[in-house]
Amino acid sequence: MNLDSKIPSGPVQDAWDKHKFDMKLVNPANKRKFKVLMVGTGLAGGSAAASLAELGYEVDAFCFQDSPRRAHSIAAQGGINAAKNYQNDGDSVWRLFYDTVKGGDFRSREANVYRLAQVSANIIDQCVAQGVPFAREYGGQLANRSFGGAQVSRTFYARGQTGQQLLLGCYAGLARQIDAGNVTMHTRKEMLDVVVVDGLARGILTRDLVTGKIERWAGDAVVLATGGYANVFHLSTNAIGCNVTAAFRAYKRGAGFANPCYTQIHPTCIPVHGEQQSKLTLMSESLRNDGRVWVPKATDETRPPGDIPEHERDYYLERKYPSFGNLSPRDIASRSAKEACDEGRGVGPGKRGVYLDFRDAIARVGEDTIRERYGNLFDMYERITDESPYKVPMRIYPAPHYTMGGLWVDYNLQSTIPGLHVIGEANFSDHGANRLGASALMQGLADGYFVLPATIGHYFATHGPDKQPVDTDHPDFARVEDDVRGRIKKLMGVNGTRSPASFHRELGRLMWDKCGMARNARGLTEALQRIPELREEFWHDVRVLGSGESLNMMLEEAGRVADFMEFAEIMCRDALTREESCGGHFREEHQTEDGEALRNDADFTHVAVWEHTGEDSTPNRHTEALDFPNVHLATRSYK
Amino acid sequence: MNITVRVWRQEGPAATGHLETIEATDVSADSSFLEMLDLVNERLISAGREPIAFDHDCREGICGMCSLVIDGVPHGPRRATTTCQLHMRSFTDGATITIEPFRAKAFGVLRDLVVDRSGFDRIIQAGGYASVNTGGAPDANAIPIGKGEADLAMDAAACIGCGACVAACPNASAMLFTAAKVAHYGHLPQGEPERDRRVTRMVETMDAEGFGNCRNYYECEAACPKEIPVDFIAELNRDFRRATVQGGSR
Ligand code: FES
Repeated sequence: MNLDSKIPSGPVQDAWDKHKFDMKLVNPANKRKFKVLMVGTGLAGGSAAASLAELGYEVDAFCFQDSPRRAHSIAAQGGINAAKNYQNDGDSVWRLFYDTVKGGDFRSREANVYRLAQVSANIIDQCVAQGVPFAREYGGQLANRSFGGAQVSRTFYARGQTGQQLLLGCYAGLARQIDAGNVTMHTRKEMLDVVVVDGLARGILTRDLVTGKIERWAGDAVVLATGGYANVFHLSTNAIGCNVTAAFRAYKRGAGFANPCYTQIHPTCIPVHGEQQSKLTLMSESLRNDGRVWVPKATDETRPPGDIPEHERDYYLERKYPSFGNLSPRDIASRSAKEACDEGRGVGPGKRGVYLDFRDAIARVGEDTIRERYGNLFDMYERITDESPYKVPMRIYPAPHYTMGGLWVDYNLQSTIPGLHVIGEANFSDHGANRLGASALMQGLADGYFVLPATIGHYFATHGPDKQPVDTDHPDFARVEDDVRGRIKKLMGVNGTRSPASFHRELGRLMWDKCGMARNARGLTEALQRIPELREEFWHDVRVLGSGESLNMMLEEAGRVADFMEFAEIMCRDALTREESCGGHFREEHQTEDGEALRNDADFTHVAVWEHTGEDSTPNRHTEALDFPNVHLATRSYK
Repeated sequence: MNITVRVWRQEGPAATGHLETIEATDVSADSSFLEMLDLVNERLISAGREPIAFDHDCREGICGMCSLVIDGVPHGPRRATTTCQLHMRSFTDGATITIEPFRAKAFGVLRDLVVDRSGFDRIIQAGGYASVNTGGAPDANAIPIGKGEADLAMDAAACIGCGACVAACPNASAMLFTAAKVAHYGHLPQGEPERDRRVTRMVETMDAEGFGNCRNYYECEAACPKEIPVDFIAELNRDFRRATVQGGSR
């Protein structure tokens, strides 16, 4: 597997500019001859589709929802980082770069991260120009807050709906290109496979979710902007439809999958309420700016929170990490919550929860100010739990939220299949083993607005002229279509007794127990044994009713669950092989005496990339070495 | 709790639909309305019957994908709450709940409770944007915008495009949706250059899509899960008059 990262030589500060100059350009008149198939139209895909269309490329864009405006980017609450230094508090591109490399626990690529920090400022300019209504100060300037473990205020936000406003901004740009005839938008179509012709990605197969029709699409490049795989845990903060199918299909066609074990468990979510639960709801991390996290000191505590006196409370984040306190990074805050609950000091049903308390903040700044800051979040919390956070502390618990792993891409965001590009959460590139708050929106838009539009031109310029024209009549399309139809037929034909959802729940529980917030060799080995069994059961006992030729949500779900069942295995395999703890990957065997993550830099300062080697055969593990000439490898400390 | 649902079943766009009565027993009061439907579906599947199709995705009240008219009210009885955020504790034990799709001439039923809301996208495509290309934007703080105006723009931009306003309106008008988008740009300097063109084209598209006229019933405001105020409709009307009657030039 060719893992040439194509990182430009020379100082990291100059890398992107140098690279932009070194890349070949496509003559403006020729751009319309190249067709891009954009799969997924959330922040990354939507911004890329619009930007590529503006440049003159022909774009066909696909999403499984009924509109691009529904993509799950919309749910990001807290904000988007940018090294603007509007607050004059010492921020800079270098500091954002440094924080992100350190925050990722030294498992990301320096050059990618630097580029991300560098274009972050342009993203804010771009969004404001498009009319994104960011929060402002009375003087009319943009407001900022500190967020997700940063010691500077570099986060831009739009109330608690930053993701929504950014997505609507990029959707508006996309709508404009659709109106202009430069983008053809296909909604309610799900990608089910990639077509690779002579080693180059040349097309995709989709299923129309309304009519069931299987369709072939040919293009000069395929871009996957299909999000993350946190729904492998069944219960996560992702939308119900989020899935790994597109990425996993690409993996099976030869794209390397990088670091699948890097998953982010977000510390502030509403705890699980019961068996009928279908998803977990995130409470923005921004709440930790004013809320204090605590549990009772005693394990047998039964009093309501308000009756527990100050000296019998353990503000454990403030105690363990005095300099970052309640703002400690996500992986650390999540693990600490789990630790407190494992010690039997958790609160609420099943004692799987900790308090996030606004009492002191309300006393300090008043209820009105707190309402102004978090009103919509407090309302949401109350709707779900029937408790008012103005009166009693919130109860929160960590939940799967984001996945740092993804398809491997080089500096040009191209996967190991030439012509197949991967952007946004679907790739692995910028967050290392842990993502900092307010960085996902930043990365999605960096990839979509600024990086891909520059690098895809280089691909066309270098692969364009001598490439054979390919249309959907090519035999490779027919072969892939046979596979797709075969899979659907197989799913519909099992005719067993269990619903796809029941398998998803079972898989999710297994993954949460064995490959969740803390992992160990024994549990992972057990999971690796159990997953193939569960898959067997699935293919013998799943029940999919109705027909493949109509709107059939059960069939959609079954297909996604089937892919999760296979994907779960490489995730556990990756977690088992990575004999260290880093960021969101915590191996219980590798921790310091006081329970902190213990990295093994000598053996694991690399990206692990999995290569599919055929059905029923163990995938190969390849590595890409990581280098830290600028931000020197150090133990990540937030004490 | 034990409830009875009367739910709309319709096999496809051309099929005739009917209300089907299903008993739902042992529903947790803490589960959401959609989780109740999940449970009903699980049981239908075990009985070998096709589950009820309904739209949903984020299940946290922000994507606008969920819909449903519950006991005659889009998104059900709780004010400012989407169906996915509605919880069973809002209903009484033993209740009979009627569940229908969002109905409007412009929203055709695709199956059961799933409707086609793509008309909304075409309204946005007609002008719900500021025409700026990627790259070359001036520094974000170069245009100061007063907090008051920025907040109004944000109030309007909070629309999730679910279509409850249309489903609630006796005329199935999309006026509140369109007005919210027009107002979002109308309160920002970025929206100024295309102000007249935007409102004219968006209103024309709204009519062409088959949405009805606004007769000021204001049912839309009451049904809106994001509480978008009808004041924005008055703003749209002002803008539209200026753009068409008085011959606007932008
Ligand atoms: S499912 Fe997203 S708003 Fe209800």
